[in-house]
Amino acid sequence: MTGRRGAVRAATPVGVADNPAPWDAVGLTRQEYRSIAAALGRAPSPLELGMLGAMWSEHCSYKSSRVHLRRLPTEGDAVLVGPGENAGVLALPGGWAVAIRVESHNHPSAVEPFQGAATGVGGILRDIFATGARPCAVLDGLCFAPPDEGRARHLLRGVVEGIAHYGNSIGVPTVGGATAFLPGYRDNPLVNVMAAGWLRADAILHGRASGPGNPVLLIGNRTGRDGIHGASLLASRSFAEDPAGLRPAVQVGDPFVGKLLLESCLELAASGLLLGCNDLGAAGLTSAASEAAGRGGMGIELDLDAVPRREEGMNPYEVMLSESQERMLLVVEAADEAKAIAVCERWGCDVARVGRVTADGRIRVRDHGELVADMPVALLTSAAPRYRRPARRPLVPARSSPGEDLPAVGDWLARLLAAPNICSRRWVYRQYDHQVQTATAVLPGQGDAAVLWRKGTEFGVALALDGSGRLTRLDPYGGAALAVCEAARNVACAGGRPLGLTNCLNWGSPEDPATMGTFVAAIDGMARAARALGIPVTGGNVSFYNETSGRPVDPTPMVGVAGLVADIGLRRGSGFPATGLAVAMLGPAAGRLDGSEYQALRWGAASGAPQRPDFALERGLLRVLAEADLRSAHDCAEGGLLVCLAECVLAGTAGAAVRLPKPRGRLDELLFGEAPGRVVVSTDNYPALAALCREAGVPCRKLGVTTDGRDLVAEGLGTWPLRDERGLEPWLG
Amino acid sequence: MSRTAVVIFPGSNCDQDALWALGPDATPVWHQEEHLPADTAAVILPGGFAYGDYLRAGALARFSPIMADVRRAADAGMPVLGICNGFQVLCEAGMLPGALARNADIAFHCQTVSVEVTDADTAWTAGLRRGERLRLPIAHGEGRYWAPDLAGVRVAFRYAGENPNGSLESIAGVSNRAGNVVGLMPHPERAASEILGGTDGLRIRGAARAALR
Repeated sequence: MTGRRGAVRAATPVGVADNPAPWDAVGLTRQEYRSIAAALGRAPSPLELGMLGAMWSEHCSYKSSRVHLRRLPTEGDAVLVGPGENAGVLALPGGWAVAIRVESHNHPSAVEPFQGAATGVGGILRDIFATGARPCAVLDGLCFAPPDEGRARHLLRGVVEGIAHYGNSIGVPTVGGATAFLPGYRDNPLVNVMAAGWLRADAILHGRASGPGNPVLLIGNRTGRDGIHGASLLASRSFAEDPAGLRPAVQVGDPFVGKLLLESCLELAASGLLLGCNDLGAAGLTSAASEAAGRGGMGIELDLDAVPRREEGMNPYEVMLSESQERMLLVVEAADEAKAIAVCERWGCDVARVGRVTADGRIRVRDHGELVADMPVALLTSAAPRYRRPARRPLVPARSSPGEDLPAVGDWLARLLAAPNICSRRWVYRQYDHQVQTATAVLPGQGDAAVLWRKGTEFGVALALDGSGRLTRLDPYGGAALAVCEAARNVACAGGRPLGLTNCLNWGSPEDPATMGTFVAAIDGMARAARALGIPVTGGNVSFYNETSGRPVDPTPMVGVAGLVADIGLRRGSGFPATGLAVAMLGPAAGRLDGSEYQALRWGAASGAPQRPDFALERGLLRVLAEADLRSAHDCAEGGLLVCLAECVLAGTAGAAVRLPKPRGRLDELLFGEAPGRVVVSTDNYPALAALCREAGVPCRKLGVTTDGRDLVAEGLGTWPLRDERGLEPWLG
Repeated sequence: MSRTAVVIFPGSNCDQDALWALGPDATPVWHQEEHLPADTAAVILPGGFAYGDYLRAGALARFSPIMADVRRAADAGMPVLGICNGFQVLCEAGMLPGALARNADIAFHCQTVSVEVTDADTAWTAGLRRGERLRLPIAHGEGRYWAPDLAGVRVAFRYAGENPNGSLESIAGVSNRAGNVVGLMPHPERAASEILGGTDGLRIRGAARAALR
């Protein structure tokens, strides 16, 4: 059978006996294969089928999530670039802007934690500098099984070392994030990497091909056989019991080449030599070329003979689908080609012209002169299937009935402070260079969000990454709404006004109606919260198939928020910074046991209905945190009020003497219960704070004062000396 | 005008930080240059991962073209400071005694430490007092100083209190015999602004300026 255009040989016609289901090998369904054949008017060649398998994979096409993601608000005053590009871009004062994006590298990290996490960092950094931004920060959302379990410990060590290896070497500080330990991640850890970068608002690059005849350059690493099928088979399918056999689908990172690539691209951008710039990530050259052509309304013709190879004898399929790291596709004016090549060569970066832009909206691939693929760009990009999968909406959770009230306050405070989900993350962040670029003004461990100073100006950017699988498992709508509120609140605690968010949604198989139902509910919760707080979504990533043998992870929405710290002098830490300050609690006093760390620790599992966020309260809090004269602010999250107070002492330089309100119900609800919308602050002007809170409709209560020394004294409850922070070390063996 | 040259190797990543901390009298010099600028009065080899540090930290950077001129300048008495990876390069180049091995706990350490000035007569410590302490950030995986014999080693800085990497006798920085070439693992350029947590690093720059006069 020959195709309508006659040029591309369809070597695997439909129904050929020796390969009865060619779609299977590339992760497509029979139905999808049929619609491809119908669109082409012929059977696709093996190369074409491989390209389509990758581009139509869940990972690249968002085919199960796209219809739902549309409900997220994406418009806002600060949004310069929204979803659909390499990264979102938000406006800052003085003509500056910040690019943000978060992406998952869960599947590769489960198979090979060091390289999986390292290439996760490399990939997200390329997304950032593809916009012309200089990457200025990395944050990580990491989720593992409890660390006293053997494999979890191995994964944690490997992932942290991998992030350190890449980030430290390429010279981008790793400044924050979140690390959670829950049984739901036993077989599938989550590695979400967020990055941010500085750029000028008038110099934003797009991943777009333009100008028929213009050269298409491939720069960076040579192309090898690594990571083939990473998008289609590794990231878009569930694991069977042992994922080790998938190791060849994991890529290997080279931060040194990454650094040369970064400097080359930024110098080319600064010299005005780039028309377009697109990262080679999942699905390699196939996705980079088709995305760039698609966004620009152009076509691209590639000549595979020109692609620099790392290995001999690679066939077109391998070249087009390799996910070798540290590569970028550039489009330049024909007249600038020699200048662009000279810049790359000065940095020691390999560069080759691998094709040219065409006007006809087709992707054509030639190998030794022979046309081996010829398809409309749209078939690879916009024509990818979209599914509204069956979704069984989760029930609204019911309250649990708790056991006996608190036996001993001090014991439980100590246990909570040492618990893996609460204890200090110093073991993690000490392995990351969090100060390179000399701009980190609030360091990890010092505040609820990292603050990066834009040197040469008065302002900075606060960045936080948050999300709770535990709460989202119990209440998908509330958990996702809470992730938005908490990340925004953390940014506000550090002195930032939230400008925009990026999200990474980690779920099980979308083909399971129960899993899909929790996803749909979570999108609703996230959309509602983002609208209520006025924080637009600038893009993100969906990671499905985080499950092994039918056991999905706890559904986990990771939300990254960037906020403007208009006056860098007013950035805030979480610790009490001086003695004699008033200590106050903003928001409702008591929390709930349902979904709390205390409940999980005391009764073996979190259950029931966690408190959902109250958006009016959250809005009020954001206002108070923006306008009040505060010396410190700390979000009251895992562990509840007493743990929060202890953390304020541990992170600061003063102790505290407080009188807590009389419990209306149980004592443990007051001390260790959790609820959104609560912040502990210190101030030297309590009356002004109280007046502002009244105006903003935020409950405010003075709890006590900060004191000399490092004791937390809670009247009638106990005195706890807090000299040594508990860390993760005891859990790591 | 005399200037401080900051050498940029491929893989250097603290070059811009050093240039920022030094201010307008500092100038970048690409490693492939054959000669330092004529008005160079001092040289800094900055931190980072030159050539990726895949072999040994600093092992390849010493072959960069500019290093011949840096060595000539050092032999003629010009102040040369190696910070972190720059210290590793100077040891690999034989311009400083000893070597920097993997940290004792084989983990990367990024934290702020106290460092004691143990030799106030080098070109980079001349304005400081012997025994005074500076708070400086460190960020390295290979900072454990080692030398077969400390008899001929001029120790410029020691970690005061915690020894973060297992260095021999808590050594954080050394100089050559003449005292004009100094290497230290902590990053003075990261302690150059109150916004970033401290300004003790500027005192090393101040000391060098004093020495240059």
